Amino acid sequence: MIATFLAWWIRLFTGAHARWPKGLLDAPAPRIFFANHTSNLDFVVLWSVLPPPVRRRTRAAAARDYWNGGPVRRWLASSVFNVVLIERKQVTRANNPVRDLGAVLQAGDSIILFPEGGRFSEPEPMPFKSGLFHLALEQPGAQLVPVWIDNLNRVLPKGELIAIPFLCSVTLGAPLARIEGETKEAFAERARAAVIALRGH
Amino acid sequence: MNLLLDLEARWFFAGVLGLLVVASLVGALLARTTRSEAGQSVVRNLNARIRAWWFMAAFFGAAVVAGHGASVLLFAAMSFLALREFVTLVPTRRGDHRPLFWSFFVILPVHYYFVWTEWYGLFSILIPVYACLWIPIRAAMAGETEDFLARTARVQWGLLVCIYFVSYAPALLTLPIPGYEGENAKLLLFLVCVVQMSDVLQYVWGKLFGRTPIAPRVSPSKTVEGFAGGIASAVALGAGLWWITPFTPWQAAGMALAICLMGFSGGLVMSAIKRDRGVKDFGALIEGHGGMLDRIDSLCFSAPLFFHLTRYFFT
Repeated sequence: MIATFLAWWIRLFTGAHARWPKGLLDAPAPRIFFANHTSNLDFVVLWSVLPPPVRRRTRAAAARDYWNGGPVRRWLASSVFNVVLIERKQVTRANNPVRDLGAVLQAGDSIILFPEGGRFSEPEPMPFKSGLFHLALEQPGAQLVPVWIDNLNRVLPKGELIAIPFLCSVTLGAPLARIEGETKEAFAERARAAVIALRGH
Repeated sequence: MNLLLDLEARWFFAGVLGLLVVASLVGALLARTTRSEAGQSVVRNLNARIRAWWFMAAFFGAAVVAGHGASVLLFAAMSFLALREFVTLVPTRRGDHRPLFWSFFVILPVHYYFVWTEWYGLFSILIPVYACLWIPIRAAMAGETEDFLARTARVQWGLLVCIYFVSYAPALLTLPIPGYEGENAKLLLFLVCVVQMSDVLQYVWGKLFGRTPIAPRVSPSKTVEGFAGGIASAVALGAGLWWITPFTPWQAAGMALAICLMGFSGGLVMSAIKRDRGVKDFGALIEGHGGMLDRIDSLCFSAPLFFHLTRYFFT
């Protein structure tokens, strides 16, 4: 309820709309949406522009250290957006994000992931961390969908509290092909290039 | 006074309705008879434009009929959308965040509040004086010096064009014109009708007879034939609408000419910005037309002049 209202409000505020290759979101398969990350609003915007049936079954992976820091954030993370909290500081066998996210995908839900591992205000995304690679390897059934989120860094840059209305857009690309035996580094670079390639489309 | 009880306004609305019906019929006819691929694409765009005109006329008509407050609110919303398109298109830096916060959430509402309360003294200076002083101060406080003058000028320009100039249209409702009390809404109808019909007629004349580009580097689609034919016919239309204004037919023609020339110039200036930024439209808000700023660029430039001519000569 609150989430739907927020989704509607943020689309109105940023005029955000999504583009994707025809038929991409028709199949029921679980997907890993991986995107560039410049603003706290990134996952909210990406989530809000998805068609409602897809949106209802999509959860964002979010850093536990950030989203557990205070009652408002905690409430937003758990009650409103139902995010999957993942550990990024001290990863152990017990709290391994790949395992937690894998369970979500196994349940048939999709995931929003920001493989840079943090927000940056550079024009190009940082090198991707290895989480996406491991997750992709363990979940061969999941589609890997690259996403470019445009202009959100201008709406709410890191360190600012108030959002400014800029027009935003979200571009989804064709799923990343899986290449047998690809190294971690080659995969990370290919995934990052797929995201960057969507810029300016 | 309720505008729908006003006989002249009723005739005006009936005329607009008739025009839209005729346009839709012509559009449907063209869609059936056009064969060539290029022609069909033009007709598709034409019909998208006509459909959008129905919505725009309905929105605008409803707001003007609903009264002063609703009209001010509609133009405030238009300013918001236009400014959003403007700042999205021009490059801004991190240091512009706070100046832009002031522009969207303080200056815009306060400015339209003064239009609403008919406080002419502050309405006329809030943006050109106070906002234009405050924006560079706030930007300097943010500490980013790179490209400072150009960045500040961009925000100031956005405020002037998207908020200040546009708001002169609803400000027409506040002018005390002797013998025309309570009828100012029709002056707003006159301005918007003439400026938009001037755009439409320039488009129609240009499509039918356009040969010679008038400003090939700035706006390849504008032609001498479209300019001359469109403005002549829009001035004739304006003169023919003298009965909803406080003007005589000749005065109405003069006002319409001023509106049309400024409207054309507005379109030309905004085209120059779009060419510089390498885009065709400011946005995709209105199907067939582009963004809000694409639709109201001519109004931005004509409203201030029309307001001040009317204020100087008729109040």
